[in-house]
Amino acid sequence: MSSKIALAGNPNSGKTTLFNELTGSAQYVGNWPGVTVEKKEGKLKGHKDVIIQDLPGIYSLSPYTLEEVVARRYLVSEKPDAIINIVDGTNIERNLYLTTQLIELGIPTIIAINMIDIVRKNGDVINLHKLGSALGCEAVETSALRGTGSKEVAEKAAALAGKPVSGSLPSVFNGSVEHAIAHIEESIEGKVDARFLRWYAIKLFERDEKVIKELKLDSTLLQHLEEHIIACERELDDDAESIITNQRYAYIAKVVQTAVKKKHTGQKMNASDRIDRVVTNRILALPIFALIMFCVYYISISTVGDFVTGWTNDTLFGEMISGNLSAWLEGIRVAPWLTSLIVDGIVGGVGAVIGFVPQMLILFLMLSILEDVGYMARVAFIMDRIFRGFGLSGKSFIPMLIGSGCSVPGIMASRTIENERDRRMTIMTTSFIPCGAKMPIIALFAGALFGGSGFVATSAYFIGVAAVIVSGIILKKTKPFAGEAAPFVMELPAYHVPAAKNVFRSTWERGWSFIQRAGTVILASSVVLWFLQGFGVVDGIFGLVEDNNTSLLAAIGNAIAPVFAPLGFGDWKATVATFTGLIAKENVVGTFGVLYGFAEVAEDGAEIWAHLAADFTPLTAYSFMIFNLLCAPCFAAMGAIKREMNNTKWTLAAIGYLTVFAYAVALVVYQLGRLFTGGAFGFWTLIAIAVLLGFLYLLLRKNQYSEYRERAAERKVTVNA
Amino acid sequence: MKTLRNVGVGETVTVQKLNGAGAIKRRIMDMGVTKGVDIYVRKVAPLGDPIEVTVRGYELSIRKSDAEMIEVN
Repeated sequence: MSSKIALAGNPNSGKTTLFNELTGSAQYVGNWPGVTVEKKEGKLKGHKDVIIQDLPGIYSLSPYTLEEVVARRYLVSEKPDAIINIVDGTNIERNLYLTTQLIELGIPTIIAINMIDIVRKNGDVINLHKLGSALGCEAVETSALRGTGSKEVAEKAAALAGKPVSGSLPSVFNGSVEHAIAHIEESIEGKVDARFLRWYAIKLFERDEKVIKELKLDSTLLQHLEEHIIACERELDDDAESIITNQRYAYIAKVVQTAVKKKHTGQKMNASDRIDRVVTNRILALPIFALIMFCVYYISISTVGDFVTGWTNDTLFGEMISGNLSAWLEGIRVAPWLTSLIVDGIVGGVGAVIGFVPQMLILFLMLSILEDVGYMARVAFIMDRIFRGFGLSGKSFIPMLIGSGCSVPGIMASRTIENERDRRMTIMTTSFIPCGAKMPIIALFAGALFGGSGFVATSAYFIGVAAVIVSGIILKKTKPFAGEAAPFVMELPAYHVPAAKNVFRSTWERGWSFIQRAGTVILASSVVLWFLQGFGVVDGIFGLVEDNNTSLLAAIGNAIAPVFAPLGFGDWKATVATFTGLIAKENVVGTFGVLYGFAEVAEDGAEIWAHLAADFTPLTAYSFMIFNLLCAPCFAAMGAIKREMNNTKWTLAAIGYLTVFAYAVALVVYQLGRLFTGGAFGFWTLIAIAVLLGFLYLLLRKNQYSEYRERAAERKVTVNA
Repeated sequence: MKTLRNVGVGETVTVQKLNGAGAIKRRIMDMGVTKGVDIYVRKVAPLGDPIEVTVRGYELSIRKSDAEMIEVN
């Protein structure tokens, strides 16, 4: 008989480390059904049939955020056999707030007081016995980082599993409230699982909308309960939710007073605060941030990354694999077309992308370190002001920042954003920021058509950022994204030395999902591309073609090219390059190379500049560049979008939005650019002007949903009065 | 009416009352900002918003517009 143990605790309490400790590599990571929240579960090490379900890091079990709702739903409907509540010992008051809510569920719970090593270092003493008896469950010391105590916690939890909770739950609330709760319990007895009676009663007292909906109580009963609640509210001169919250904290304060002896009271400046004096200093914060980011990118992309990628591409794939592989295949008399398929198609295509992996792993590693150390929270704190202006929060900055290296981990980083609307919006717009793979495209056109001017790259980033901002403003005024601005009330966790295990694990997780995508999608599309490029119909006969202008790819390209004519680059080569860019953006350069007859080109495509200059004008080149930079990202990134959105409709909407936006911008740029460079006024110029006006309207119109927000807030107030 | 928004850096105040409603108010309370608790204003972010406060022994960042909901003495 298998048992389920839920792992619940605050964010930054060391839950992830404990989870990794308990489950080792036997983990499964996915999403909770229908939502963008990550779901992690794993088998408990050393036990054959015990599953540890990691719940999202939560501060409370309120009905207001997605993570809390997901956790509640799991606890109440999946009914785990035990709960391990991980508590940050250095931050015990706020952590115990969740504890008081978990124990109300009547599920056997064991508390793991984590970071006990830091607690001891601070000189504080926690009396486990007193703490345990005050909360009605056992408390165990752990230091997930040092690996102590985790086994004990797991064993005890497994032993508790399925057993009824011993003893009665502590009376957290005062007389009249407990009285009202007892009344409510009576009224709903039989309607809910007996174990959860108290939890439901307290939620009803708080007028929890989700619980009210779930229980489908009839209006007379609700009215009856309402009378009890109002009586309490009048007596204590506060609203029900606040009463419960205040009394919980009051109870915790008493518990902490008896069970915890703190060495320092009052305002102490600990190590983290001292570091923050410099790092979030009014004057130094931004320069320090710029310096740190510069180092991260310099190390991962320019020096180590470049070297490793270069070696992977040239030596590993170039000489060792392609060279030897061709020779070997020829040696065993494999048909030339199959050799070509394997060497040029598969190895060439996939290899180009795999070549990126070392660079990305190093980037992921650096960013994981920054995250684990606790710096990312500071980044959100510093940048919030900017993002608040268009309806997001500082937390949306981190995905964009990471996205400037690679959109894949950038999109994955959106998981830390609590508000689902903001999360979706961030997922959608992260790939506007030029990633590392788009740099070759910029370098290519800058060199071919703009004399290597640095302005091109700068303007590309500017356009990317502008696209994010404009999208934020436009989307916030649309129904799916409108609504109350998410509260930006964020903890700044203490800095701590990054845990090597965690860092390597999260680096590997990101790197692996990228490699997986490369392995599947990119492999398949490389094969398809190889085929379409090398085969065609010549004089009515289908077969291998010499001149790729007659290939199937050219035929398809020619068929689709007119779509891009209004953007100025309606020839088949440009169309094809754009499409290969969907596989991996750096393919655009390589594809142009191949199409102009060069099997291999330098990163910035210097060999083909002359060809490009012949086929493009500065304006059409810029338009092409903009379209490719803003449109749907590479398959790997699209895969990341799909995974994070966890919803096909939203994924398609995101990709559609990006492409339409890119098309619109390129259209406006090209058509109006043409007008200014002396071109004739045409049908498409008219369309471009209409599009531009459309943009301005969407940007500047009044937000009809801000009234909706105000009215909703008003509604809540009247109910509580 | 003095709110957390008007408190200067370095000052410690006590929460008297929480205004507002719904998700924001609940969030603020869930994070430990309740009637009677002491709050120390540690600093303001480089761009002027949000502010960083110490409450119940940990650091919390909160926007000035949300801090306005917290009445202090």
